Amino acid sequence: MATVSLKKLSKRYGNMEIVHGIDLEIADREFIALVGPSGCGKSTTLRMIAGLEDITGGNIDIGGRMVNDLPPRSRNISMVFQSYALYPHMTVRENLGFSLKIAGVAKGDMDRRVAEASAILGLDELLERRPSQLSGGQRQRVAMGRAIVRDPDVFLFDEPLSNLDAKLRTQMRTEIKKLHAKVKSTVIYVTHDQVEAMTLADRIVIMRSGHIEQVGTPDEVFSRPATHFVAGFIGSPPMNLHEATVSDGRLVFSGGDSLPLPGQFKSKTAAGDKVVFGIRPDDFYPTGHGLSSGGETEVHRVELPVSITEPLGNETLVFAEFNGTDWVSRMLNPKPLKAGDRIGMSFDLSRAHLFSAETGKSLRN
Amino acid sequence: MDENASARLTRRALTVAHRVGLFLAMLLIGLPGIWIVLSSLRPTVEIMAKPPVWIPQELSFDAYIAMFSGIGKGGIPVLDYFRNSLIISVTSTVIAVAIGMAGGYAFARYRFRGKSGMFLGLMLTRTVPGIALSLPLFFLYVRLGIIDTHIGMILAYVALNVPFTIWLIDGFFRQVPKDLAEAAQIDGCTRWQAFWQVEFPLARPGIASAAIFAFLTCWNEFALASQLTRSVNSKTLPVGLLDYTAEFTIDWRGMCALAVVMIIPALTLTYIVQKHLVGGLTSGAVKG
Repeated sequence: MATVSLKKLSKRYGNMEIVHGIDLEIADREFIALVGPSGCGKSTTLRMIAGLEDITGGNIDIGGRMVNDLPPRSRNISMVFQSYALYPHMTVRENLGFSLKIAGVAKGDMDRRVAEASAILGLDELLERRPSQLSGGQRQRVAMGRAIVRDPDVFLFDEPLSNLDAKLRTQMRTEIKKLHAKVKSTVIYVTHDQVEAMTLADRIVIMRSGHIEQVGTPDEVFSRPATHFVAGFIGSPPMNLHEATVSDGRLVFSGGDSLPLPGQFKSKTAAGDKVVFGIRPDDFYPTGHGLSSGGETEVHRVELPVSITEPLGNETLVFAEFNGTDWVSRMLNPKPLKAGDRIGMSFDLSRAHLFSAETGKSLRN
Repeated sequence: MDENASARLTRRALTVAHRVGLFLAMLLIGLPGIWIVLSSLRPTVEIMAKPPVWIPQELSFDAYIAMFSGIGKGGIPVLDYFRNSLIISVTSTVIAVAIGMAGGYAFARYRFRGKSGMFLGLMLTRTVPGIALSLPLFFLYVRLGIIDTHIGMILAYVALNVPFTIWLIDGFFRQVPKDLAEAAQIDGCTRWQAFWQVEFPLARPGIASAAIFAFLTCWNEFALASQLTRSVNSKTLPVGLLDYTAEFTIDWRGMCALAVVMIIPALTLTYIVQKHLVGGLTSGAVKG
C-alpha cells in the first residue's frame, strides 16, 4: 500500500520527447486510470513507473521512496501485461508462485499464498494446467493472480482487457473492480477505452501527446472537461464539437447557421472571439425525448432534417443535420424515424460547453 | 455401393498408397547408408562387382576386427582419431553455442549501431567456401605454431559455426515475447535470472538444434581438417578415412567400416537431442 508521486517526469527517445514533464500525485489505495489515444505516452509512463523504461528527467516516488534508478524488482510493484505474459513452460501454479520462488519464500508459505490468490480468482481447477490450455479470460485471471500473490504496494495494469472479446471484457472489468475492493492497494490502470476508465477509476488522468490534459473524478471529466480534447475523448457517443465565432450575442458557425450564446458564457466572450462549441448528445435531443425534458432553463428549439438513425433498443442515436454537418443526439423513449424526416430538436444550452479555439481550454470557469 | 462406402474405400486406398510412397522415398534416402553398412561387411570383390551384387553372399566382421588390431595388422589408430574427433567437436560446439546464445540474444533483443551490417557480415562469412580459406589458414597456423593441434582445429570450427549458431538462435529468441522477460523482472528477477529462468528454457529447442548442427559440422568436416592436421595428435575420423588409401589400392571395405564407426556416435547424439527439438513451446505465453 503506497502513494505514488510523479514530479516533472519526462521521457525522450533521441530528439523525440514522448512524455513532457508530467506531475501526478496518486493517493494510497486509489484507483487511477491513465487514458488517451495511442501514442499519448500513457504506456510509457506506466513502464517508467514499473522500471522497465529509464526516465529522462524528473522523479518517481513510491511510498515516499524515490525509485528513479531502482530495477523493477526493487520497487515492490506488480504488473499485468496486455499480452498477459504468462510463462508458457510453467503450470498455472508455478506461474503464480514464480515471484515467491525467486524471493526465496519457504515452500509452505508459498503454497498458502498461491492458494489464497487462486481462491480469490477462482483458479483452483486450473492450477496444474499450462497457459496454452487456458482460454483468454482464464489467462487474464492467472495474470492477475500472479500480480496479487506478491502483495505489492502498487498494481500496474497495461491495457489488460484489450485482447478479450466484448462480453468477457465487461465481465473482467467487474472482476477487476471487485479485486480492488478486496485487496485495497494502489492501482494504476492504463487503457485507451474511456468506458473502462470511467467505470473503474476513482480518478482519471487524460493524456495527449505526452501532456496531462486533465485529472479528475469520472464525473468531473465528464461534466466539466477542461479542454475540448477531453470533451471529445470522454463520453460515448462523443460530444458534438464545432467551431464558431461570437457575434452579437450569438454563436455563428462556419456554415452560416447560428445558436444563441449560452448565458453563462456571455461575460467570458467578446464579439469576434473564435470558440469551439460543444454539446453532449444527451443535451441535444429530439424535443420531448431528452433526459431533462421539461426542467430545462435555457432551451433553443429548431427543426432539423434527420440524416441517419442508429437504434440501440432503449434509445436511438439520431444524426440531425445542422450547419451542413451531422450532429449526434440521443433520443430516449425512441419512436421510429427515417432519414429525411424533419423533427423538432432541442439544444439544452445551460449544459453546453465553450472552449477557446486557440488554447482549447474550457471557458466555463 | 453407396457414396459413403466408396469414399471410405478411396480414403483407405489413398492411405495405403501414401505409406507405400513414403516407404519408397525413405528407402531411396537410406540406400547410401545401407550400402555403406553392407559394404563394410563383405569382401572387396563383391563391392567392386559389376553389375552390383544386391544380396551379400557372405558377411564378416573382418574389417572391424582389423581396424582395431593395431598398426601392421591392417589397423589404424582409430581410438586416437575418435578421441580427437570427440574433443574437437564437443569443445568447439560448446564454445560456438555459448557465443551463439550471447550473440543471438543480443541481435534479437537489443538495438545497437551497425546491427544489421554486423548481421549481414556474419552471414557473408558463410558464403566463402571453407576450402578457399584452408591455404591461408595453413600458413597462419604454421606461423602461430598451432598446426596439428586440438586448439587449432577448435578455433577453426568455432569460427565456422558461430555465424550459423548466432543466426539460428537469434530466430528462436525473437519468438520469445519480450514481455516475458519484463514480467520476470517485475516478479523479482535480475536481468540475468530472467534470462535463465524464462527466456533460455523457451529458446532451448533452438539452442539444441544449433548444437546438433554445429556438432555434426565439426564431426563430419574433412576439407579443413585434412589441411590442418598431420598426425595422431589431432587427426579426426574423416581424415582417418584416408589411411585406407594406399598408392595403388583403396581398401573400400575398411573405409566403409570406419565410416560406420563414425556414423554411430552422430546418430546416437541426434537421437538423444531430438526430443528437445519440440517446437511450439511458446504457445500460450501471450494472447491467441
